[in-house]
Amino acid sequence: MNRIAQRFETLQENKQAAFIPFITGGDPTLPVSEDIAVALGDVGADVIEYGVPFTDPVGDGPVIQEASLRALQHGVTLRSILGSVERIRKRSDVPLLLFTYYNPIFVYGEAAFARDAAAAGVDGVLCVDLPPDNAQEYRDAMRTHGVSTVFLAAPTSTDERLARIGAACDTFVYYISRLGVTGERAALTRNLHAAVDRVRTCTGKPVAVGFGISTPEQARQVAAIAEGVVVGSAIVRVIAEANGAPDTSQRAAAFAATLANAINPDISHQVSS
Amino acid sequence: MKKYANSSTTREKHPWPDIHGRYGRYGGQYVPETLMYALGELETAYGDAANDAAFQEQLADYQHHYVGRPTPLYHAQRITEHLGGAQVYFKREDLAHTGAHKINNALGQCLLAKRMGKPRVIAETGAGQHGVATATAAALLGLDCEVYMGAEDMDRQRLNVFRMRLMGAKVVAVDAGSRTLKDAINEALRDWAANVEHTHYVLGTVHGPHPFPMICRDFQAVIGRETRAQLTEAVGRLPNMMIACVGGGSNAIGLFFDFLGDDSVTMVGVEAGGIEMAPGMHAARFAGGSLGMLQGAVSYVLQDENGLIGNTHSVSAGLDYASVGPEHAHCFDTKRIEYTSASDEEALEAFQLCSRLEGIIPALESAHAIAEVIKRAPGMAANDIIVMNMSGRGDKDVQHAARFIAPEEDV
Repeated sequence: MNRIAQRFETLQENKQAAFIPFITGGDPTLPVSEDIAVALGDVGADVIEYGVPFTDPVGDGPVIQEASLRALQHGVTLRSILGSVERIRKRSDVPLLLFTYYNPIFVYGEAAFARDAAAAGVDGVLCVDLPPDNAQEYRDAMRTHGVSTVFLAAPTSTDERLARIGAACDTFVYYISRLGVTGERAALTRNLHAAVDRVRTCTGKPVAVGFGISTPEQARQVAAIAEGVVVGSAIVRVIAEANGAPDTSQRAAAFAATLANAINPDISHQVSS
Repeated sequence: MKKYANSSTTREKHPWPDIHGRYGRYGGQYVPETLMYALGELETAYGDAANDAAFQEQLADYQHHYVGRPTPLYHAQRITEHLGGAQVYFKREDLAHTGAHKINNALGQCLLAKRMGKPRVIAETGAGQHGVATATAAALLGLDCEVYMGAEDMDRQRLNVFRMRLMGAKVVAVDAGSRTLKDAINEALRDWAANVEHTHYVLGTVHGPHPFPMICRDFQAVIGRETRAQLTEAVGRLPNMMIACVGGGSNAIGLFFDFLGDDSVTMVGVEAGGIEMAPGMHAARFAGGSLGMLQGAVSYVLQDENGLIGNTHSVSAGLDYASVGPEHAHCFDTKRIEYTSASDEEALEAFQLCSRLEGIIPALESAHAIAEVIKRAPGMAANDIIVMNMSGRGDKDVQHAARFIAPEEDV
């Protein structure tokens, strides 16, 4: 069984929410990103979103745009991200979801990519700019190789679209809690509870909420109403502020532990030294 | 001129886009989910407007009394004589209000925005002409307007930045990436995703997610319809060849579309050859690009083997873009339209020749098309006809061109 599906099943049995941190692969370097991914798994990440850097990240705010640019500057590509996943896989069993734009996969070839991603140990893929309407071949390719597909749902998605999105998602739906791009926000969207309920009802799938969640308090609030909590820019910012220091992965893990504690307070989340 | 209006067979022979917004294998809708609703809303609103006589009448009225349409079809006799071959005609889009064809689409889309009840419009701009056109239409219709422009382009086109601000638009410098058109589109898409409920994105060319390539084409197709009527009236027949520059490709599609079904008409699209045919030194997508998806549509894209988008270069900001409209990509595959390129140097030479011989200073974009006229006309018969789209006027480019043509003079 796919690691993401397995993890969601266990979490649901225990009535816990998934903690899903995002990092950009290759920021500051691929080896450090791999250390961070392993460390995040150790402090309680249920799924790690591993960002594939792209030249034109239309769905991202400044923090992740800049991380993407830093990674591109030392030559990180979709191919080298797969190599990186392979190395993480040797050190950790944490479920890995690639968070990417469509063009690198399109150019790689959907079938070849699905095969190589599965072989590297990728558990799922989320393509920011690929709505399910244009994704039939992509989904078929991923399914053939047991790679889970996750699609975005938005506040502007109609009930009818949500049903289509739900059908295209294998394990969970990623709900963008606000209009706009990725980034930290001072406050959560009002009526988030009702919005998440609508998405769950229409898609028939567990709902992870992302875009704009940056503090343990916000993470705790979202964990109470959704099946998963995604935190991206806030973690990427901690990594950026470490500015390549030798303890970058420890700093990221320490911050992630505060989020993991807020989401599932009953489990111990400790940073290993 | 009405009697000629129905002689185009384009719609029968070229039934694109299909219901999925595709032109053959190209086009489609590749955007974050947040924008899918807005694209659907736009498609519905456009479909309604296209069938609404009152809307069409209002558009035609503005086109005539405000934009100054029909623009002249001008027989460029001195260039014709100089080149010593085919008769050269210019379709004078440079004489449309704001100085380029961009107003045709901007006005149409701003009217649509009003119809959808959206009080704010945003736009991207490269050379500044689409930004100016959108700022103009927004001022005319009382809409709030914000224009995203690459920081490098702002430097190349300072005059247009001032024009937009004069008309009440806010111009936002985009410092990301290559700081040109592509990055301005990214930023406009981000703005749209955040403000989609009350904002319409006036995309300026026949690119982006469906239905933009179709809407922009339809609003620009007036260029070709007028040309057919004007040429029939002047000489009683169709042209042998049509030439237009291709950045995203809206002025080219605008001129060509009505004639796509007329097999006797050769069509040539001219891309920016830049400095040389090496990665990052040009913007010739058909010569140096490959199948890819950028900013909403599958098309030809200048990119590396990893699907990362390449840098581009052109002396003309309006042609400096890594992809090309999906309908052009389809017409490239079917060979209905021929594509070639003109280098910076050839464009600058054509820019000067046209100014000197015709007293018309062309936009640097249009100068690429003139460079192709210079190559083609001498080899054609004296009774052959070339129609070239003078897509914009060069006033905006004078300062920039002077840096290359007369670097010692302080313009």
